Amino acid sequence: MSLIRSFLLLIGLLACLAAPALAQSDPDTLRPLINELAKGKYKETEAQIGALVATGDPAVAPALEALGEGDLFFRKSDGLVFITEKAGKGYALTDPLTLEAAGEAGRREVKKIKVNNKLRRVIRSALGSLTLMAPDPQVRMSAAQAIFKAQDPDGIEALDVALAAETDDGVRKVMEEARAAAVLNSDLPEADKLDAVQTLSDMGNRDALSLLIGVQAGAQGALRDAATGAIAKIEKSIAAWDAAQNIWYGLSLGSVLLLAAIGLAITFGVMGVINMAHGEMVMIGAYTTFVVQELIRTSAPSLFEYSLFIALPLAFLASGLIGVAIERGVIRWLYGRPLETLLATWGISLVLQQAVRSIFGPTNREVGNPDWMSGAFELGQMTITYNRMWIIVFAMLVFAGLMLVLKKTPFGLYTRAVTQNRRMAASMGIRTPWIDALTFGLGSGIAGIAGVALSQIDNVSPNLGQGYIIDSFMVVVFGGVGNLWGTLVGAMTLGVVNKFLEPYAGAVLGKIFVLVFIILFIQKRPRGLFALKGRAVEA
Amino acid sequence: MMTSFLFRAMDARAGIFLGLMAAVIVLVPAGNLLVPETSPFHVPTYAVTLMGKYLTYALLALAVDLVWGYCGILSLGHAAFFALGGYAMGMYLMRQIGTRGVYGDPILPDFMVFLNWQELPWYWYGFDMFWFAALMVLLVPGVLAFVFGWFAFRSRVTGVYLSIITQALTYALLLAFFRNDMGFGGNNGLTDFKDILGFDIQADTTRAGLFAASGLALVVCFLICRSITRSKLGKVLVAVRDAESRTRFLGYRVEHYKLFVWTLSAMMAGIAGALYVPQVGIINPGEFAPANSIEVVIWVAVGGRGTLVGAVLGAVLVNFAKTWFTAALPDIWLFALGGLFVVVTLFLPKGIVGTVSSGWTALRQRRISAAYEAGSDEPPSAPPQSPGAPANVPRTSKTPGTAEPQPAE
Repeated sequence: MSLIRSFLLLIGLLACLAAPALAQSDPDTLRPLINELAKGKYKETEAQIGALVATGDPAVAPALEALGEGDLFFRKSDGLVFITEKAGKGYALTDPLTLEAAGEAGRREVKKIKVNNKLRRVIRSALGSLTLMAPDPQVRMSAAQAIFKAQDPDGIEALDVALAAETDDGVRKVMEEARAAAVLNSDLPEADKLDAVQTLSDMGNRDALSLLIGVQAGAQGALRDAATGAIAKIEKSIAAWDAAQNIWYGLSLGSVLLLAAIGLAITFGVMGVINMAHGEMVMIGAYTTFVVQELIRTSAPSLFEYSLFIALPLAFLASGLIGVAIERGVIRWLYGRPLETLLATWGISLVLQQAVRSIFGPTNREVGNPDWMSGAFELGQMTITYNRMWIIVFAMLVFAGLMLVLKKTPFGLYTRAVTQNRRMAASMGIRTPWIDALTFGLGSGIAGIAGVALSQIDNVSPNLGQGYIIDSFMVVVFGGVGNLWGTLVGAMTLGVVNKFLEPYAGAVLGKIFVLVFIILFIQKRPRGLFALKGRAVEA
Repeated sequence: MMTSFLFRAMDARAGIFLGLMAAVIVLVPAGNLLVPETSPFHVPTYAVTLMGKYLTYALLALAVDLVWGYCGILSLGHAAFFALGGYAMGMYLMRQIGTRGVYGDPILPDFMVFLNWQELPWYWYGFDMFWFAALMVLLVPGVLAFVFGWFAFRSRVTGVYLSIITQALTYALLLAFFRNDMGFGGNNGLTDFKDILGFDIQADTTRAGLFAASGLALVVCFLICRSITRSKLGKVLVAVRDAESRTRFLGYRVEHYKLFVWTLSAMMAGIAGALYVPQVGIINPGEFAPANSIEVVIWVAVGGRGTLVGAVLGAVLVNFAKTWFTAALPDIWLFALGGLFVVVTLFLPKGIVGTVSSGWTALRQRRISAAYEAGSDEPPSAPPQSPGAPANVPRTSKTPGTAEPQPAE
């Protein structure tokens, strides 16, 4: 109970701070009313509390709170009322309205205003109605939520008064819910409680569910039936929201997979090259973000919010250049031998990992989230974190951008030509070696910018890429090569399936199921979902 | 029949290898057990164990070479079969601990008592008997490989796709064995072994015995591989490797051939794992890591793909280098290993043994030509193409740029 009281006090304080701006609070008219508290017996005090509440001014809340706690004293010399706190032998005085320090007083100079249990109850409901009537809707909403949590039957009257005056629909709804919760905990007749159950059933979230389960356990007859019906309804709606949440998580995982796999799909599709160092390109992108943020921290902290935008092109360049170097230095000597390419790029991935480990150390490096990437918001009953949301958006943008590059630019045209028929493309004057190098650079660069995104949700360590490489392969072979739509569908399917299996099978077992599923799937369609059609028989 | 089978398995290179192996199998344990410790010829026990480990790795490399070098199936999941064999042996060793474990439970291994298991899971039955465990060492990897291969080869999954799903296989097993619920000790795996077949597993004599057993297993498997690769079956395998579709069009059931060597190779890997575990004293899910499987492939590539001796040589050389590097220059090891991958694939596509043997053939050919020009009567023959050497490796390694990229189909 005291928790709620201090919570109300806090709201009162907040309201006080807001009060001057609202130009509603007037210490000169309130002060005499407060000073009246010191006079007379319990009965007079109670009447005086009523008068204070009648002002509807939240500024009186701290004084009432202190009264309930037994911290409200009056000075014998002039009859002024203060909120006190023990300080040494005497008391530190605080002005009850302005809440400014007002000197000290000896033990004999002040006297406590007495309260009994009845008064305390009056004060509590008075405080509730004060905050429920506060001018700031946010304060009213919080007060109603506090009553909902406490299921305090004493709040019903205050809520009724507040509801009558309420203008904001959102706050009204919360107040009605709070009232329903309070009614269920009160001795009111069954008809009221049935209404309350109806209100909670419309509310339809977990809070309402736990309340109703309590009601169901303690009630009989019609009320019990109503509660059972409402519980069934709420559980259904929660299941639907859970499914939506799972799909959301699945899409989020899918877009991470898409980001990691899309570059791989390009190089694999165009050159038939399995690039085992692809994960390390992602890692290099993530470390580029780290370096950019470090530079910004030391030289221009104001740019921190834009660090990711600065890192994106740099990561693309860094990974892309390394990719071109790998292609020119190693892979082009190994064309026509895909299995050997696989081994050589695996070797390169080991070298890159160890190089990063030597330069940056083996431990995780911290990459900060800009403000717009952190936090979350509620959509219905789903919690959506900003970083996941932006990564989905980002993955879609990258996908769309890549599609544009491949479909609308000359480079994309050449790339598609080389993918479809290398010799014919060469006969038409396309420099296939250049296309190979540039495509490889493009795929690696995409991996680099995927690294920028992944640095926001994963640990930036030399092993970052290792965690994604197998998943990326799964996406590519599942979706089929040479078709970016296949990669998109593959990534999203695997993401969603993974997240739907998790609640039933656990994260690890879910992943195992997905792997086994892919192994079986490859048997059925050895070239993936969206295979390029053709009559060629290999070798 | 049997003699001709064995006879086919012999030639000069195999003879040298078998002679060396015989010497190693006899001399190393003898150097450990018979030579006094003060003598410079004494082989310390740790070295015996270390070399025993190399021999099991060599056996694993041999298994990979059989499928990759001769049949063109690049398996990135052979460590899975190795680890499964290891787990089968580890389960036997766990059951042998009996009441000597920390919790002293006569039936349940320590980790099960720790996890509050009440009784032994059904799949642990029978592992208290060595013959059963030994059978499982062969059967578990064999059956898994058979089922996996049955599906994969029948639906003609080839090339990099096959490589990737073998990797998915070992990755799935890795994740599975990390789970405590599986009943294989989870993260920690199986360890704290006491004895094998009644011999103390820490004793010098047992270690020497395990070393000799590893050596013998290697020799036996070498002979089996050798006779297969030099038989008609081996020729078909090479044909599958070099032109799978053509072989199929000629009427061979390619998938049956593949399935046969694949399963056999998995069983060999299982044996290697079973011999590995008692020597290192632990088996944990880390053995399933995809990186391990890829490392095995590089051993084969270094030694010489398509040459059985090369696989053994590569495994021993690379692991010796690894032991030395990780002790002396731990930071450099990954650079060295990564560089090795690149250098070997770029400059030594046939591996050490393949390069040396083709160099030797070329030299001899030149001598004969020179002698012919100088007036000898013997005409030069075309250089014999070693059946082992991969044909899709360009023979003119001076101009490798002529090869063209092939899009994935």
